[in-house]
Amino acid sequence: MLCSRKRVNLTALSELKIGRSGIVEGLQLPDEIQHHLMHMGFMPEARVRAVRRAPTGDPTVYAIDGMEVALRRETARWISVRESEEESR
Amino acid sequence: MSDCCAPATIEIAPTPRIAGKIQTVVLVGPPNSGKSTLFNRLTGLRQKVANYPGVTVEQHYGKLSGIGRGDLTLIDLPGIYSLNTQSEDARVAVDVLHGKMPGAPSPDAVLLVLDSLHLQRQLMLAAPILSLGLPTLVLLNMSDLMETRGGEVDTLALAQELGVPVAKISASRGTGLDAIRHFLDKRSQPVPVTPRLELPVVGNPRSYRQWATGISTRTKYKAPLSSEWTRKLDSFLLGRVTGPLLFLVVVFGVFQIVFSVGLPISNAFQDLLNGAGRQVGLLLGHGWLESLLIEGVWKGVSSVLVFLPQILLLFLFVGILEDSGYLARAALIADRVMRVIGLNGKAFIPLLSAYACAVPAIMATRTIENKRDRFATILVTPFMTCSARLPIYMLMIAAFIPNKPILGNFFGLQAAVMLSLYALGFLAALATARLLKSSILKASSAPFILELPQYRVPTLRSLGLRLLDRGKVFVQQAGTVILAVTLVLWVLSHVPFHTDLPQSIIGHVGQWIEPVIKPLGFNWKIGIGLLSSVVAREVIVGTLGTLYGADPATQSLSLQAALRHDLTLGGAMALVVFFAFAMQCTSTLAIVKRETNSWKWPALQFAYMTVLAYVAALATNVLVSRFF
Repeated sequence: MLCSRKRVNLTALSELKIGRSGIVEGLQLPDEIQHHLMHMGFMPEARVRAVRRAPTGDPTVYAIDGMEVALRRETARWISVRESEEESR
Repeated sequence: MSDCCAPATIEIAPTPRIAGKIQTVVLVGPPNSGKSTLFNRLTGLRQKVANYPGVTVEQHYGKLSGIGRGDLTLIDLPGIYSLNTQSEDARVAVDVLHGKMPGAPSPDAVLLVLDSLHLQRQLMLAAPILSLGLPTLVLLNMSDLMETRGGEVDTLALAQELGVPVAKISASRGTGLDAIRHFLDKRSQPVPVTPRLELPVVGNPRSYRQWATGISTRTKYKAPLSSEWTRKLDSFLLGRVTGPLLFLVVVFGVFQIVFSVGLPISNAFQDLLNGAGRQVGLLLGHGWLESLLIEGVWKGVSSVLVFLPQILLLFLFVGILEDSGYLARAALIADRVMRVIGLNGKAFIPLLSAYACAVPAIMATRTIENKRDRFATILVTPFMTCSARLPIYMLMIAAFIPNKPILGNFFGLQAAVMLSLYALGFLAALATARLLKSSILKASSAPFILELPQYRVPTLRSLGLRLLDRGKVFVQQAGTVILAVTLVLWVLSHVPFHTDLPQSIIGHVGQWIEPVIKPLGFNWKIGIGLLSSVVAREVIVGTLGTLYGADPATQSLSLQAALRHDLTLGGAMALVVFFAFAMQCTSTLAIVKRETNSWKWPALQFAYMTVLAYVAALATNVLVSRFF
């Protein structure tokens, strides 16, 4: 899925490389989980950065809203983010 | 994502409360906002813990004596992010706030604790709390940390925006608490007319968000820089190689210390308790009263109390790990492995603790927020080989297994049997967890969302209070049930009066159940041992000692020799396998009842484990008898 006009990549949060940031676009999760995540800061237009993966490769720690929150891949793949071009040097 | 949520705000005028006396104050705040530390500060040691009726959520309450208002009751609500999630915690919080929780008085005032390090996000909880219309004081906790890390906020502007007083405090240092007393003193006077407030649409996180962002901009909130050394520590503690390595060191370190330091302390404590029992027994003289109080009640109750040192030690470590922030990292590392059996990383510490004793382990499951995961963990925990199984394992292995070397002198057949019993319990726990998570406790919708707090140095005060709290729960809850059961068992084994054990009610029961246990290779004495050890596993060794000592045929033999005289190898191995699986522990049942707040779960657990133990022991007896 590529929005080619402005060269903005729309990807799943789980695909975000470590050290890279993105802007949360939307959450495709059941209401209750979505609520919980939004209260943890995973809100559309919020900036999120992939900080590190657990030593076992999953879950991944994300920095959002001044906090660090770990999500499993199975959850993060339902959060879509815009990876801005300026970030991907 | 198209639902309208733009600047729609509704106006709520706080309902003017009837001025006058206030009696009940509630403490509300998001998880990790330092709420419990503040609660401990405000109530000191005069706090009580109970379960809310019908749910597993714990109710903490106490008198506000920490700030000289011992006439007021403070209720600590579970940490919540919002009032509209489906979680049990949030439901309890909402019910208490609305005064609808049976057993909890309706609140007259609210103390809202927010972590000032993440104020913008934490403010989202202020909207639903303020819309309740109760007199509220907003407490910006950890404000000292915020300021040293370069953060700032205009509290006066914030108070104007929210329409309620705001105070900066530090719960861990105890600064700024005067504001709470002022607030409560003022509340006793007539309530002034509060200005109308603009609050976001109730229940919509997006509008809460916009509201919170707006306020934090207008109050010039500047978020502090995140601690540099948390990040540095994490790159080490969560490193690809160093992370798992340190994790193992911590795990085995805790395990080792609880065993090597805790066991001698427990043994010394047991000697002390037994000695005290003997002294009192001498005063009472011989008779049924001495027998009831010392042999019955004191022995039963002290057999549980001896676990107290190990339990406190374990909780000391869990407390240090949790308060320092490492427990969240450990859960992160363990998550991948725990997921294989359908549990999440947070189940890991309880399962490990269960090698010492299932009771504190089950109490430690409180860190698992997801109820189904928590129940599954509680149900499999008693399969882990606890220290109470060791006496019977050691007795039977010493009596029946020759110590033939397998791998040189270091690893013999006896050690191999012992190790396989540990493995057996562990495998049963894994299999049961899988079974539960694919049936009655099927994976719920709640995902694994783990907040990684910044590292902190745990304070002695909070560790001490935690130990006191857990110790009290253990002694009270397990103690009362144990007391009742030991009384019943004593009566059953002494009625009719002046008869020996075989002629007592329990002796008859033992002989009556013999046909049931015969296929396992057990005789009626083992049967009585099994019945008596329902109280606690280690009791069987004492019971067998008494029974074989009372029997003229085996009187002159040592217990090991007497067992060899009476049991086949198949029966002996069946007995240890039975103990690996069976739920022979009333303290555990009592604590499961307490933590799940229903008799359904301990009953299910007891039935399942007993059936499994029976079948496995039967299979062991048949197989061992055929092949050896």
